[in-house]
Amino acid sequence: MSLLEIKNAKLKLDDKDILKGLSLSVNSGEVHAIMGPNGSGKSTLSYMLAGRDGYELESGEVFLEGQSLSDMEADERARSGLFLAFQYPVELPGVGGMSFLREAVNSRRKFLGEEELDHLAFVKEARKVASKMFVKDEMLKRAVNVGFSGGEKKRFEILQMAMLKPKVSILDETDSGLDVDALKIVSDGVNAQRNDENAIVVITHYQRLLDYIVPDFVHILSDGIIIKSGGPELALEVEKNGYAGLINAA
Amino acid sequence: MVATQETIDKVKEVSSTYKYGFVTDLEAEKAPLGLSEDIVKFISHKKKEPKWLLEWRLKAYKKWLSMEAPNWAMVDFPKINFQDIYYYSAPKTKPKLNSLDEVDPELLRTYEKLGIPIKEQEVLAGVAVDYVFDSVSVATTFREKLAKEGIIFCPISEAVQSHPDLVKKYIGSVIPISDNYYAALNSAVFTDGSFVYIPKDVKCPMELSTYFRINEQNSGQFERTLIIAEDNTYVSYLEGCTAPQRDENQLHAAVVELVAMNNAEIKYSTVQNWYPGDKDGKGGIYNFVTKRGNCLGKKSKISWTQVETGSAITWKYPSCVLKGDDSVGEFYSVAVANNAQQADTGTKMIHIGKNTKSTIISKGISAGKAQNTYRGQVQIQKNAKGSRNFTQCDSLLIGDKCGAHTVPYINQFTPHARVEHEATTSKISEDQLFYCLQRGLDTEQATSLIVNGFCKEVMKELPMEFAVEAQKLIGISLEGSVG
Repeated sequence: MSLLEIKNAKLKLDDKDILKGLSLSVNSGEVHAIMGPNGSGKSTLSYMLAGRDGYELESGEVFLEGQSLSDMEADERARSGLFLAFQYPVELPGVGGMSFLREAVNSRRKFLGEEELDHLAFVKEARKVASKMFVKDEMLKRAVNVGFSGGEKKRFEILQMAMLKPKVSILDETDSGLDVDALKIVSDGVNAQRNDENAIVVITHYQRLLDYIVPDFVHILSDGIIIKSGGPELALEVEKNGYAGLINAA
Repeated sequence: MVATQETIDKVKEVSSTYKYGFVTDLEAEKAPLGLSEDIVKFISHKKKEPKWLLEWRLKAYKKWLSMEAPNWAMVDFPKINFQDIYYYSAPKTKPKLNSLDEVDPELLRTYEKLGIPIKEQEVLAGVAVDYVFDSVSVATTFREKLAKEGIIFCPISEAVQSHPDLVKKYIGSVIPISDNYYAALNSAVFTDGSFVYIPKDVKCPMELSTYFRINEQNSGQFERTLIIAEDNTYVSYLEGCTAPQRDENQLHAAVVELVAMNNAEIKYSTVQNWYPGDKDGKGGIYNFVTKRGNCLGKKSKISWTQVETGSAITWKYPSCVLKGDDSVGEFYSVAVANNAQQADTGTKMIHIGKNTKSTIISKGISAGKAQNTYRGQVQIQKNAKGSRNFTQCDSLLIGDKCGAHTVPYINQFTPHARVEHEATTSKISEDQLFYCLQRGLDTEQATSLIVNGFCKEVMKELPMEFAVEAQKLIGISLEGSVG
């Protein structure tokens, strides 16, 4: 079944057309990569999906597990199982990582009709997941993203993803600002979460990330629409010939 | 901040209704309306006070008549008609002081609604609580245990009877009757409050706590608290306040005096949640309070921590007079003002002794149309060589119709001292809010989380059980502020 369905999405920012009729269908168990040059609408796409204020669709529709997202606020979408790993995770001074994670996880559990975790149970679970992600306990005690290195921020994003167990995860330029070692750790974290029940959409500029998170499908986004779709080999083609060749061909 | 109309509507729908706005139906015994010499005598007579105290009250009353209400604070309100207030009000079914079982069940239910069931607190938290209901102290718990250590913890009206020498020696010693308009008024008409005495070399084994609550309509509450810590002692005192919802404004003019001798430490924490009035500024408490501590002894320490979320108007400057050499004064404050609330609050640190130290951390949060002012004075006197002050004032704005103001006064009369002042103003960013929403938190949760993060340095100074309550309060008082 299709977990995420984007139908002819059109969106304007400051009277400028950014998404010009984008369609995409993502089934459970699949990993899709969306590649595109700067200004092609990648970040707009992720904000639109996540329901950020100001990124409402002009026309078209998006469905999460068959349910239309158009009347859902950002927090409802998140609780329903849509996760966005931020390109630039936001600092929350004074807000402890552990309490933040706990509130997030319990919001999701409440939505799913599961029992909320008490402090002790939660800490135990968080530590277990964190150790797999090479996230030290110490990091969970610090304020969210405050003073984190680029690698730590991204690891913390993927840790949140692992704790929240979303249906659809959108990874927005997760590779930006990472060195090779950090990239491998983060990718391992993402790969560990791939299963038949969920789906992952990787938004990236470079092919490099796709060596580690190998997609089932690759789509080329240009000027607000998908101009070409294919398998992993399409990413290699981009790497070899750049976007220009593909865009001109389309 | 950009928000869709739906968000705004939704937020409005669930927006703040004062959780504690209920009235307890008890018959009250009141003094006649208004203020006169006779009323002062009436109060003193009701309390069966000794002559010296009546004279002290009358002196204060005369002083008050000659004074003008202060007008320098950044608050705006119609002139108070002091003849339209009841100055004495006691529940008629007078509860016995030592046994909780004999307390009017209606009263106990009121406290339960406030979330402070006496029994539960007694058993679970091990907190000794002195309940002040309007003007009469209802029940003081844990007194026996404290008495074993020689600690006196009782209503001040009782201390007047049982320990007149101590009360006579210290009352008005920190805040003289002529100190200011509202302190003079309080000295004339104060009805009850807490009295704490920690004898030499005793560390108070539990947190002492008082819940104040204004219940009677049109009644002012003028409580008076006196805490004396002898040499080598420690005491932590918690004060919580709530009041029912009324259309009229009610006056609350308390006086708190602290005295710390050599090597004594007093930690005084307040969570103030008086009714703030409705969205348009109708009703609410006028909270005009004078609080001051004297660090008389060497190496003494007084620490004020306050979380102020309620009241229509707050006018309050808990201060420290650092007389003893090496004494320490601290002030940690969170002041939340939403809707039409006005807060003008801060502290005074008066350095007199050598090597005295003070720390001021103030976090002001403004939302709605509220105005929030930090006003603080740091004075380093001539002989206070080697003294140090550090002040940090942070303001957080929510929305674009509120205001934050910082008014520091620094007077330094010796070059051999160091004074630092830092101030910041920030807003909750849309990025922060979106990040939280994307993790499934709703707007209220997100705001509460971000604001509590902003206040963390102060919140961590609160005793544990109070901190949890204070966190929730901050969330509640900001409901409906984002959008």
